[in-house]
Amino acid sequence: MKKKVFHTTPPIRRVVHFLTAHVDVKLLGAILLLMMMGLLIIYSASNQNLARVLAQFVNMLVALAVMYLFANIPPHFLQRTAVPLYVLGIVLLVCVAKFGDVVNGAQRWLHIGVTRIQPSELMKIALPLMLAWYFDRYEATLRVKNYLIATALLALPVALVVRQPDLGTALLIFAGGCYVLFLANLSWRIIAGLVIAAAASLPFLWSILHDYQRQRILTLLNPAQDPLGTGYHTLQSMIAIGSGGILGKGWLNGTQAYLEFLPAPTTDFIFAAYAEEFGLFGSLVLLLLFLLAIARGIVITANAPTPFTRLLAGAITLTFFTYAFVNMGMVSGMLPVVGVPLPLISYGGTSLVTICLGFGILMSIQTHKKLVQS
Amino acid sequence: MSELTINPGTELRNSRLEIYHFRSRLVLLSGFVLFVFFLLFVRLFYLQVWQHRHYHTLAEANRISISPTAPSRGIITDRNGTVLAHNYSAYTLDITPAQVNNLDALIDGLGTVIEITPKDRRRFRKLLEESKGVESLPIRIRLSDEEVARFLANSYRFSGAAINARLFRQYPQGELFSHVVGHIGRIDQDELDQLQADGFDANYRGTDYIGKTGLEQSYESFLHGTTGIAEVEVDANGHAVRTLSHTSPVSGGNLVLKLDAKLQEVVYRAFGDNRGALVAIEPATGGVLALVSKPGFDPNLFVDGIDPQNWDELNASLDHPLVNRALAGTYPPGSTFKPYMALAALTYGKRRPEQAIFDPGYFKFGGYTFRDDKAGGHGWVDMYKSLVVSCDTYYYMLANDLGIDNISTFMSQFGFGSRTGIDIDGESAGVLPSQDWKMRRFNQKWYPGETISVGIGQGYNAYTPLQLAQAITAIANNGVMFRLHLVDYVEDPVTHRRTVIATQLLRTIDLKPEYLAVVKNALIGVNKEGTSAASFAGAEYVSAGKTGTAQVVAIKQGEKYVESRVSARHRDHALYVGYAPADNPKIALAIVVENAGFGAHAAAPIARQVFDYYLLGKQPKESNEEKSVPHDTAD
Repeated sequence: MKKKVFHTTPPIRRVVHFLTAHVDVKLLGAILLLMMMGLLIIYSASNQNLARVLAQFVNMLVALAVMYLFANIPPHFLQRTAVPLYVLGIVLLVCVAKFGDVVNGAQRWLHIGVTRIQPSELMKIALPLMLAWYFDRYEATLRVKNYLIATALLALPVALVVRQPDLGTALLIFAGGCYVLFLANLSWRIIAGLVIAAAASLPFLWSILHDYQRQRILTLLNPAQDPLGTGYHTLQSMIAIGSGGILGKGWLNGTQAYLEFLPAPTTDFIFAAYAEEFGLFGSLVLLLLFLLAIARGIVITANAPTPFTRLLAGAITLTFFTYAFVNMGMVSGMLPVVGVPLPLISYGGTSLVTICLGFGILMSIQTHKKLVQS
Repeated sequence: MSELTINPGTELRNSRLEIYHFRSRLVLLSGFVLFVFFLLFVRLFYLQVWQHRHYHTLAEANRISISPTAPSRGIITDRNGTVLAHNYSAYTLDITPAQVNNLDALIDGLGTVIEITPKDRRRFRKLLEESKGVESLPIRIRLSDEEVARFLANSYRFSGAAINARLFRQYPQGELFSHVVGHIGRIDQDELDQLQADGFDANYRGTDYIGKTGLEQSYESFLHGTTGIAEVEVDANGHAVRTLSHTSPVSGGNLVLKLDAKLQEVVYRAFGDNRGALVAIEPATGGVLALVSKPGFDPNLFVDGIDPQNWDELNASLDHPLVNRALAGTYPPGSTFKPYMALAALTYGKRRPEQAIFDPGYFKFGGYTFRDDKAGGHGWVDMYKSLVVSCDTYYYMLANDLGIDNISTFMSQFGFGSRTGIDIDGESAGVLPSQDWKMRRFNQKWYPGETISVGIGQGYNAYTPLQLAQAITAIANNGVMFRLHLVDYVEDPVTHRRTVIATQLLRTIDLKPEYLAVVKNALIGVNKEGTSAASFAGAEYVSAGKTGTAQVVAIKQGEKYVESRVSARHRDHALYVGYAPADNPKIALAIVVENAGFGAHAAAPIARQVFDYYLLGKQPKESNEEKSVPHDTAD
């Protein structure tokens, strides 16, 4: 197949084809559209700060480069890095707990030489990778014991991240792990058992939550009870969304973001700024674009050739979905306020790179499949 | 291919069943994704469509701040344009208590830069107690330019304190008009509640002051003006971003009074150190020409909150300077009641003008002896003489013949015992006694003996100087009564459109002209050859009047009132009512001089000065004409 193509195409096209062979155009299209909307709304929500837009543009270029790089790494190579990455992630998380910097009351960052990193971000990829590797390896002989081990592999990093505390990231890591377990055909009986156990442990979980975390959950139940305190962010965010109406106030006309009533209008609460200016119609467009990207991810997952790639692709796609849902749910007052950015839209490099890295892996799985199958 | 060797077993074990399981789980998850996105959409629909109005309102409330601009308060002038109340711009040093942690420390600090007296501190404390919370309060007012500069150079040290330019109310005439013009003061909680109840609170956003007494209070709605509104877009920190709309404030209307400031001043000086009240009326309109209550007070003290020391002084003073005696003080009319008694006698047919009675110097009734002022009596007395010499016995008998209810019915026509309805607050109704009144007031029946002293204006009789003035004006006007009013018109400062406080006919008393002529003639006689003849000697006009002396404490039966034996505050009040010129009255007045003794002695000379000034423009000589005016001891 390869040879045929090489022979029948002119050299320049061969080069182009070589360079783009591992790029999934449909997924890329959805990603670029979302990124463009992100730039548009960052410009408005930052009071037309072009520097911020440019900075995000650079972030995007870096993220796309990372995506391209990972798209070209064959899945079997990733499979080999699963265990070392996971171990490294756990070690770093332990280091964070021991030596990490405390910023805003949370210990999330680790100094390494000139810069500092947030090992919990690494775990968003490393954990699904690890679990996918694990289930792939023991695929033929899966027993309850394996699921228990997988659960332990999942619980360890989640516990470390919760302790930092970083509820948002912990939730995403946890969700990613759960998707792998679910897709790995975890029996319904165990799922039911786990759900019951989780429900039973709610009071215990409540007791180990930090005060501010509890407050966020209470605020969610009734944001109006404390409009200037904890509920302020949620309330202002709901005002922004609600005042947008069906068609929105128009680009650059959102008063809630412009007049600084909206907290973090370019990062965590960017969706509120977007919904204010573009209304229900714009929100619907955004939801559909997210669905498009997710749908493409699900198609890739469904067609993935090996258990490892299937599980990994599913975890990446659904983590992306979880990102989007948790953020929009929190901004619209459906979920408690946890620090989760809106993927591909929110300003900020770290999550953008992590997400695009995931998309790179998806592309890799999609585009290396033919080689495996042939 | 080498790739195939990575997981040699995987592909082989990849059964269809396993793929089926995986894909069914994936379908489930896809369904979950769709379901969750549907929930999100429903939520957004709820917020953006269903609750849109609510959130739109909240967003607008967030960003739009209504910034009021207080209007300039209307100016008050007398009929000749003399300014009685006006505004001037000055700097104040204001403190916003809510922004300050340690108030004392801040004030101490400010004291190192700008002089702050203990008086200022006390005044500020009082303001702080009276006003709840949010707004800023002046610690110092009327700062000099130098003080402003000194503060501004150091302002970084004093957060919570700021210099503001404000319009101040000032009463240039000081205490001269304290009871007429009244004063403004900071709006208190009760007034705020009232404004809210009346729906005026929106117009008072940005206004700190409201009329508290006098015309400032009663004409508040005219004087205040309309508050200007600027809709300002603000950010979350409260900083103004831009002005969305702007309506300029509309200044309040200017009051122009019927009052004559110069006349008022003449009256004020004529009283000397005496306490008392005078009301002068223009008979043709019911307009008030002068309204004095002595002593007065400086209304300027109240504008920015009076300091406790001044307040205590004014409040505790035995002279009660804060009481408007002209409206709120009630006095027995004494002999000034007699002209109305004479009219009643004629009207009810109880006396003919020429019909004389014999006065032995007393009148006996039911075992009591009612004495005339003149020992031995006035001899034969007809109606003319009864008024000119102010014969008590004549009116003792007359009262007995008329009966209390006839007296009460007749007198009520002149407004005795009911509020005149003048255009400032604080009027007392006074007491016009009757059988009915006594039953209501004391739950007792009326004793015929009580009627006797009513006949000479004593007993339960108690009227305000305003009522006395209104009644004598009715005689001067041949029974036509207009509602008394201080304000001539309100003028719009921009359009100069005038809202005239119309002369309002109250009623016309049905009096027979021939009866009226008898009484009016006698009143001329009083000033010509009677009790007040000395005061009006050499006048270039014919005037009419009646003196009166009102007992403050009851004199025991058989005892004679001797001025020197009675302590100063229990001495009789001197009264005078009158009008001039007699044939075509231009001015009518009532005077009460507290504890000054005989009306002829203390009150009539004031009337002379007022008439002289008002009719002839004659300024009274500096040395009060208290020089030994010979007078009859009777009144």
